[in-house]
Amino acid sequence: MGPHEPERGWVDAELAQELPELTLWSLPAGAPPARRSPPELRERLRMLATRLRGAEAIELRRRPVPHAYRVFFRQIGLDPDDRRTPVEEATMRRLMHGGYESHGALEDALLLAVVETGVPVWAVDEDTLDGPLGVRAARRGEQRPRADGFADDLPEGRLVVADAAGPVAVLFGEPDARHAVTRHTRAIRLFSLQVGGVPDVHVEEAFWTARDAGWPDATEGTDP
Amino acid sequence: MVLIDPYAQELRPGLVTQPDERAARRTLRDQIARLEAQLADAVATAFPTRAAVPFVVAGAYGPRVLGLAELERVRDDLATRLSEARQELTRRGMAQERARVRLERMLLEPGRHRFERVAALELGEGGCGVYQVRPRLGLIGMLAGWWHVKLSSGCPLATSQPTDG
Repeated sequence: MGPHEPERGWVDAELAQELPELTLWSLPAGAPPARRSPPELRERLRMLATRLRGAEAIELRRRPVPHAYRVFFRQIGLDPDDRRTPVEEATMRRLMHGGYESHGALEDALLLAVVETGVPVWAVDEDTLDGPLGVRAARRGEQRPRADGFADDLPEGRLVVADAAGPVAVLFGEPDARHAVTRHTRAIRLFSLQVGGVPDVHVEEAFWTARDAGWPDATEGTDP
Repeated sequence: MVLIDPYAQELRPGLVTQPDERAARRTLRDQIARLEAQLADAVATAFPTRAAVPFVVAGAYGPRVLGLAELERVRDDLATRLSEARQELTRRGMAQERARVRLERMLLEPGRHRFERVAALELGEGGCGVYQVRPRLGLIGMLAGWWHVKLSSGCPLATSQPTDG
């Protein structure tokens, strides 16, 4: 495995026996991108937004990768029509706002990745991590820090993405305030969750789409 | 004997894990996957006809590893929702078939179905057109018994007047 390939994260042993097809992948992305999205990225999002119609939003649930995430959501106790899968959430926002709104280069790159591949990608501040990322159940007493300085209790058994120090994000949720990318971040790590029915190539494509879009100069001339 | 509440949010894998139950949970997850695919098909099939089929199935305080009883509940709810969706689609299909038969009879003998209307929506077609039996040449056609089926656009925008300012 070369230095620029996604790295497989760990999954708690008991969890791996229950959900053997759940895999976490991560990829170091280097320094944060420029805050403002490059025009090419905004144009790409605009083109994707013009091609999406309401009927396609309904059809999305039948496509293999979005369907795989819907099934996994049901299997872990989530209602995908209430707590939407990342790709369906992005689609609903497009329908509600009439387009994909730009929120900076990093967010736009992650949005592009999930819209084009159906595979969600998240970003964390690499300097705040303690060891490799993995997936496990939350333990009694663990908390999720909020941006206002308070913390929410995590129910025991809630599935989380974690490092050696503790939870980093609820599964399929945004990273908590302690690990989120801020303007003080010096290095970013991307991570993604692969479930049964999602091919490896889609996960790789999601990472490369995010990196190419957010860091266009850094990936010029490199061979993924 | 320890009693475990299967709906408790603190349920963790390992408390009720036996090899047979793990296999049972795997089977239930496979069933959930198949039912979700079929329900998605039903919802997508209903959409072009603007038919609303029930598809909401409540979650179970996730994301977490569900126990046997919870997986069974999700499976059963999906099966119920799928059954309801298929019944609704069948009902809609039969109504569309009846509408198509009416339209065929109107086309065959328009004089016997004077001023009858069948909307494109009733036929399961897109758009807001309406098939209606009208007399040719107005009053002359009515008196002479000349009737035919016309398809009007039915679109309200075609008759709206531009507003000033």
